[in-house]
Amino acid sequence: MFSFEFMQNAYLAGTLIAIVSGMMGVFVIARNMPFMTHTLSEIGFAGAAFGIFVGWTPLNGMLAFTTVSSIMVGELSGAVESRRESVISAISGLFIGLGILFLSLSRKNSSYATNILFGSVIGISRQDVIQMAALSVLVLIVLLLIYRNLKDDSFDSVGAQTNHIHSRLISLVFLVILAFNVSVAAQIVGSLLIFVLLTLPASSAKYFTHTVVRMMGLAIIFALFGVWIGLYLGYLTNWPVTFFIAAIEAVIYGVSLFYNFIRSKSE
Amino acid sequence: MSETLISVENLSLSFPNHPVLSDLSFQVNRGDFLGVIGENGIGKTTLVRVILGQLRPSAGKLVIQEGVKIGYVPQFRNVDIEYPLSIKDFIALNFTGIKLPWLSKKERQRVKKVIQQVGLAKIADRPLGLASGGEKQKAYLAQALINQPDLLILDESTASLDPNTKKELLDVVLRLNREMGLTIFFVSHDMQMIHEYPDHYLWLQKGKYEFGSIKNLHNENKEGQYV
Ligand SMILES: Nc1ncnc2c1ncn2[C@@H]1O[C@H](COP(=O)(O)OP(=O)(O)OP(=O)(O)O)[C@@H](O)[C@H]1O
Ligand SMILES: [Mg+2]
Repeated sequence: MFSFEFMQNAYLAGTLIAIVSGMMGVFVIARNMPFMTHTLSEIGFAGAAFGIFVGWTPLNGMLAFTTVSSIMVGELSGAVESRRESVISAISGLFIGLGILFLSLSRKNSSYATNILFGSVIGISRQDVIQMAALSVLVLIVLLLIYRNLKDDSFDSVGAQTNHIHSRLISLVFLVILAFNVSVAAQIVGSLLIFVLLTLPASSAKYFTHTVVRMMGLAIIFALFGVWIGLYLGYLTNWPVTFFIAAIEAVIYGVSLFYNFIRSKSE
Repeated sequence: MSETLISVENLSLSFPNHPVLSDLSFQVNRGDFLGVIGENGIGKTTLVRVILGQLRPSAGKLVIQEGVKIGYVPQFRNVDIEYPLSIKDFIALNFTGIKLPWLSKKERQRVKKVIQQVGLAKIADRPLGLASGGEKQKAYLAQALINQPDLLILDESTASLDPNTKKELLDVVLRLNREMGLTIFFVSHDMQMIHEYPDHYLWLQKGKYEFGSIKNLHNENKEGQYV
């Protein structure tokens, strides 16, 4: 299987994506942002379509759109959590519409749309892998730089408020690296299902361990498991890789819930 | 001479169309245990937020001595049953200053110390979401102590506790006050507690307030001036 360059590329990219998404996911869950993540990926879809329309790579189109819109959402919704949901749905709808428009304007065949929405293993070149690696490393470095304050702000927003932490800035920086994360992850799992990697491994991890570092570690393991096995099964069966990844992560999550249920019964 | 940490002079605060605090004056000196009482909605939390610098008074003056570090236990927390972090990790969240991505040795020692001070050593690795109400309040208290504050503000920390647990928590606070000289600003609507623990009281009432040594409150009580 690894004699094919596209499989090597897919595994390289998938591994990076799993690591970054596992770590970021812990904060996505703690900050209650699964919906925001989903929206960013829909915006990414529009960005990719725009990229194709103007002759960029889909990844660059995605990066441009998600970065700008993450800042917009951050500014518009601010601190009011209940407003955030509405702001997000408005922006989400607008961008999906734009994505469809750009795709139809660029008159490419519909396989482009499927690739963006559902991900594609074959389309990833070595060049792409290098760009994805660079972006992933960037996300990890920024995450490390803001780690302690992000942790405080995500797991104890009430405490952080009185702690002279620049909450707004931290939130904004987090949104921007999340945008990068989403754009990169979309290349393999597709923009429809990014939130699978960004939410399920972290949601599962929190039932097993109770420090942030261990949750990140476990989330990475769950994400890697899904991506590696998913790619392998996709290769064997020719079914979409995304399907396998989503299914595996959902099963892991189900098992975690069940484990938590059993444990709380026995206590 | 005792050292004044907080000095409030003729302080008033109104929300739009809604006066809350009016013409309030009092001091908090180092080592004081001040009990702040008053019924729901009278403005206790609002006063705390003014002291924390989150709200600006509409009139009057608030002076906090320079360099005074404040530890704060808020009235409401968003910790639900699925809150994943261990008690120990939760307490370590609030360090201020320059932080490495991991806890330094000093920080780890500090976490251990405050956990002992509030009496949570046995269950420090348990998830906070599964802790009992009293354990949670102790964890919040420990977290507020993490940066070695001079002044500790507690907002209704005992409101939901049974009598025994309440006493346990208050004894911890009292020990911090007596043994370490920590200044306490304790908000509560529990009259009985105010009689037993603080040495000063600030009683917020509609359109007026009382401030003084707790002895005066005892005397008043004998004369039956309040229920
Ligand atoms: N940001 C705000 N805008 C407008 N009104 C407010 C605001 N914050 C508080 N209030 C009002 O000010 C009054 C005092 O509120 P505060 O929270 O200080 O009461 P409290 O004494 O702490 O009450 P409790 O014992 O219930 O905690 C209440 O009537 C409240 O509705
Ligand atoms: Mg209050």
